Amino acid sequence: MTSATFAIWRGTAGEGKFFNYTTAISEGMVVLDAIHDIQAEQVHDLAVRWNCKAGKCGSCSAEINGIPRLMCMTRLNSLPLDKPITVEPMKSFPLIKDLVTDVSWNFRVKTQIKKFKPRPPDAADGTWRMSQEDVDRVQEFRKCIECFLCQDVCHVLREHHLHDEFIGPRFFVYAAALEMHPLDTENRIEELAKAQGIGYCNITKCCTNVCPESITITDNAIIPLKERVVDEFYDPIRRLFRMFKR
Amino acid sequence: MAEYQTSEHDVLVIGAGGAGLRAAIEASAAGVQVGLVCKSLLGKAHTVMAEGGIAAALGTVNPADNWKVHFADTMRGGQYVNDWRMAELHAKEAPTCVRELEACGAVFDRTKQGEILQRNFGGHRYPRLAHVGDRTGLEMIRTLQDHGTYQGIDVHMECTIISLLQDAGRVVGAFGYDRQRGRFLLFRARAVVLATGGIGRAYKITSNSWEYTGDGHALAYNAGADLMDMEFVQFHPTGMIWPPSVAGILVTEGVRGEGGVLRNKEGRRFMFDDIPETYRHQTADNEEEGWRYCQGDKNARRPPELLTRDHVARCIVREIKSGRGSPHGGVFLDISWIKERIPNAAEHIKKKLPSMYHQFKQLADIDITTVPMEVGPTTHYIMGGIRVNSESQMSTVLGLFAAGECGCGLHGANRLGGNSLSDLLVFGKRAGRFAAAFAKDHSFGTINTDQVESVARWALEPFDRGAASPADGEGPYRIQHELQAKMQELVGIVRSEKEMLVALEEIYKMQQRARRVSVHGNREYNAGWHTALDLASLLTVSEAITRSALERKESRGGHFREDYPNKEMTFGEFNIVVRRGPGGEMQVVRERIPPMPAELKQIIEEQQR
Repeated sequence: MTSATFAIWRGTAGEGKFFNYTTAISEGMVVLDAIHDIQAEQVHDLAVRWNCKAGKCGSCSAEINGIPRLMCMTRLNSLPLDKPITVEPMKSFPLIKDLVTDVSWNFRVKTQIKKFKPRPPDAADGTWRMSQEDVDRVQEFRKCIECFLCQDVCHVLREHHLHDEFIGPRFFVYAAALEMHPLDTENRIEELAKAQGIGYCNITKCCTNVCPESITITDNAIIPLKERVVDEFYDPIRRLFRMFKR
Repeated sequence: MAEYQTSEHDVLVIGAGGAGLRAAIEASAAGVQVGLVCKSLLGKAHTVMAEGGIAAALGTVNPADNWKVHFADTMRGGQYVNDWRMAELHAKEAPTCVRELEACGAVFDRTKQGEILQRNFGGHRYPRLAHVGDRTGLEMIRTLQDHGTYQGIDVHMECTIISLLQDAGRVVGAFGYDRQRGRFLLFRARAVVLATGGIGRAYKITSNSWEYTGDGHALAYNAGADLMDMEFVQFHPTGMIWPPSVAGILVTEGVRGEGGVLRNKEGRRFMFDDIPETYRHQTADNEEEGWRYCQGDKNARRPPELLTRDHVARCIVREIKSGRGSPHGGVFLDISWIKERIPNAAEHIKKKLPSMYHQFKQLADIDITTVPMEVGPTTHYIMGGIRVNSESQMSTVLGLFAAGECGCGLHGANRLGGNSLSDLLVFGKRAGRFAAAFAKDHSFGTINTDQVESVARWALEPFDRGAASPADGEGPYRIQHELQAKMQELVGIVRSEKEMLVALEEIYKMQQRARRVSVHGNREYNAGWHTALDLASLLTVSEAITRSALERKESRGGHFREDYPNKEMTFGEFNIVVRRGPGGEMQVVRERIPPMPAELKQIIEEQQR
């Protein structure tokens, strides 16, 4: 059995630093396993958030060697073990302790997006008909496990801290899932353009790159929404039409 | 005096998986103010792990399906010790609950006619599981979470409840702590719904996450409620076994529903070797027919891989114990073989089982479209739980309701796959409705501050001990790991009186040790402290499982005894109930199952033909 060293960021908001911990490793281990071993054997009060340990719940988001990833899906054999593996909390959210951040902002943002509003049922028994083709498109967005890694990597939030003006990639995906839902009748374009700040996204695709569910966030969600915004607000004919309507 | 923040809710729902969310939504819709306590963040509960689908007799794929067939399937799967009234309500109400979920925005896979698609699953006569690929649970929890978000429910995330508060027997609140800061919280409520899920963490190999320490079971038991059927633990036949760090992670039954087959190291499809009499007429006796069934042939019978989970798990154990297992001590589950039957098999598998494809690719370096998986049984679910009224879901304690996995009755001795998600919807909704009605009829009770003080003191003792003797106190993890190992070894898939008596002694010793456990550091997000407190619940449910399993001197469903390997007619007339005796000791009693009405008996007989 070999061992590996982990440089784990420990501390609370405002103060903290990396501490090195060495632990034994075995075949197939992921970063979260090593963190658990360190927690059980060396530092019982190490704070780490996790649940399913199978890449399905999106709780154990962190930055491993500087890259936003799920700890439960990062295998040790995919990392260089000759130097300490750094594990640190996400940067776009306030720190609570060690690897745990306060992600409550995300839950508040969601409530700003208008809820699902279905058309009346298609059949007398109160059911709807949808074709698989139409469903496929939103199913991609509905794979989201809300790990918030896309929010973490997005420079608008991470570097510019525009949390009050910009809802971030996760919620563009959420809005896209609603906007493209075959049954939905609501219109969310005006808020996306204004209060929710979709214009701040300059499609660097960082969010798409870190998505553990491989959702093509930029191409399939954000760009189509941006196009709808353009159609609604910057199409000269529609602008003219709106002017007369007033 | 302990410091704590107090909040008031008409209905307090503890647990925010499918059942808790559904209860909260229903109660809120009934016009009462609802508080929802999540042990983790909202939307992370174990419901996200459910893969296969929601069982409901919608009849979209096979119109022959209806509630009667679903009812009979559920009773047969549960070996007739189910609460027949719950099984009836469940079968009747599940289709509406699925449609309600669609009305809230859930996007199920579709049939060619545009209706909700249904898939095959173990023990279900017809294709019955409404699903979204193999991530149905995520779809369900996200839909409920998003719907609930707009409904004005007060959500308390990362809070753990450590005690229910009572006023002259009635439950009037709950006491706990918030994970992030470690502060105590007191919730006053007119009615409380427990929806805390399962107990998987009592075992070493489990598909359950850290949260599933039987909190709701223990809270209810300590408040004087009955627990029932605790001997019935479901070991899911297919969990990952290699590499060691992923052992226990679930491999959905959907793999078998899509045509996956089980083989031993000799390449034999061993499930054909032992088909129980009660299922013989419904089960294919050759590979060809089994494949036709998976392809939707309505005249074909199910392949034996889709027999009930208890049976499949035991067959796998038999193969492993007989030396016919796979290299890492499991058996082979092969979906890649379907490339012999259909074109573009790899694409088909990725489309139908995307999570499984990624899970094996990322965690085990295995491409399931080309090679077989290695699988073995994993502790998955407890059929037993808090004994409830079939209609209202109220427990034997006034003002305390339970729904979902922490409740019991629907599944009897063995749960059918897909019946859990529908259970959450049907009985979560009922619990919410009846809890709201109860809340409207009752005032807030009086909080017993002595009780609060004593719970708070108990919760902080591990810190005191840690501070008093920093060097020699025992930490919680070692006890937890030992308990998991003992339960796995002594009260697992194959049980005997001799081993379970040893288990009871071991549990007793660990209960003594747990009272002396010490922790260090401060109260903020301190996993060691949380583990120390969870340990009490784990030990209570472990004792309940062991005592109930000792009492049931027969083999039935998820409960298999090598000293009593047969099913006994007499035990089919009872449920085993445990409750707290006057001296704090655990009492075990047999409760007779009420007679089934003639019309339900008739349905069962008709469906046996």
